[in-house]
Amino acid sequence: MLDKNGIATRIAQEVRDGWYVNLGIGIPTLVANHITEGMEVEFQSENGILGMGPFPLEGSEDADLINAGKQTITAMPGAVYFDSATSFAMIRGRHVQLTVLGAMEVSANGDIANWKIPGKMVKGMGGAMDLVASADNIVVAMMHTNRAGESKLLPTCSLPLTGVGCVKRVVTNLAVVDIKDGAFHLIERAPGVSVQEIIDATAGTLIVPSDVPEMTM
Amino acid sequence: MSISKLVSGVEDACSGIQDGMTLMLGGFGLCGIPENCIDQLVKLGVKDVTCISNNAGVDGFGLGKLLSGHQIRKMISSYVGENDEFERQMLSGELEVDLIPQGSLAERCRAGGAGIPAFYTPAGYGTEVAEGKEVRDFEGKPHILETALTADFAFVKAWKGDAAGNLIFKATARNFNPMMAMAGKITVAEVEELVPLGELNPNEIHTPGIFVQRIFQGKSFEKRIEQRTVRTRKTNS
Repeated sequence: MLDKNGIATRIAQEVRDGWYVNLGIGIPTLVANHITEGMEVEFQSENGILGMGPFPLEGSEDADLINAGKQTITAMPGAVYFDSATSFAMIRGRHVQLTVLGAMEVSANGDIANWKIPGKMVKGMGGAMDLVASADNIVVAMMHTNRAGESKLLPTCSLPLTGVGCVKRVVTNLAVVDIKDGAFHLIERAPGVSVQEIIDATAGTLIVPSDVPEMTM
Repeated sequence: MSISKLVSGVEDACSGIQDGMTLMLGGFGLCGIPENCIDQLVKLGVKDVTCISNNAGVDGFGLGKLLSGHQIRKMISSYVGENDEFERQMLSGELEVDLIPQGSLAERCRAGGAGIPAFYTPAGYGTEVAEGKEVRDFEGKPHILETALTADFAFVKAWKGDAAGNLIFKATARNFNPMMAMAGKITVAEVEELVPLGELNPNEIHTPGIFVQRIFQGKSFEKRIEQRTVRTRKTNS
């Protein structure tokens, strides 16, 4: 079973040389720490930076330089700042090749819910709806089950949707799962996790091939 | 000779604001927010305003100051998760809230300032954001119709500005400020550094002064950091 950094490490393998990548808040942010050295990749944060670098050294934080999670960051050489309309032109215009974001629920037809629990939590969607409506590659980073132990990979989402039919791949603490033709397809299992454990933790239809390789970390 | 937008300070800059008006406020989180004008809105005690702002501040800072005085009737935002008082007022029904996708919010402001009454976007299709909105397919993909936003007053915060109203923003403090500057009937810019005319390089100006009606030298910016994240210096060993 993977921890959050393990999930991020596996998702980093999805990143290709020359890609612009948008990382969401939480586990997705950790992906930046696991990119293969020497690979040319730029991180976009939708509040207005391309070429986002690591957190600043203590004492050099700049209130004017933050990421979409409102965390203080740095800018890499070659970075650029822009306004929010330009930022979402990059996103909607498909100039960003990969979006990684978290989710509360994902359904077998690729719907995603991650912005609202009616009556309980209303934080808003931020840029998530724009991101999932446009990106060619959307990878969801999340735990396979919620705190109550219930599957987050469902036949249909029960929570208000963020986007419909948009998620292609989910990387969880248990598995890599692809979504196509209205079903989940098991691609890889996490180190030490059995196929049966993944089947038990997946509520939506899961297609299991005869051979399910373990992730190469 | 350039047209001067210079006013003496925040009092003049905010004159004419009335109860029930629609106000835009630049910023993302607490980054690039018009701190001086927010304080003046509190001082003026205007009520029942509609605020268009990506976020709603935090408890006691940014738009949180207006919320705690119950000055806001309606918020139009994309993300409001950092503010307990906001959540309380929303769940109790005291505050009307319209949550819209961040990119749609930015583009609706841009459209409002650019004379584009509406546009189609894929963002929000199939979600509750699309309820009641026209849907149309382009190249086989469904899009929803979003309308432009304008405001009686837009408050923006810039790094540098001149008397002609030209503005330059710093780093990610730019965010929504340029689009909101375009969409305000009266746009008020508070700047960290008011510089003499001619000092800003025309090649590097982000917001042309034509979009700004009033500009003033801001005072005592707090520039609060919402999430202070740092890495430790690697020791040579």
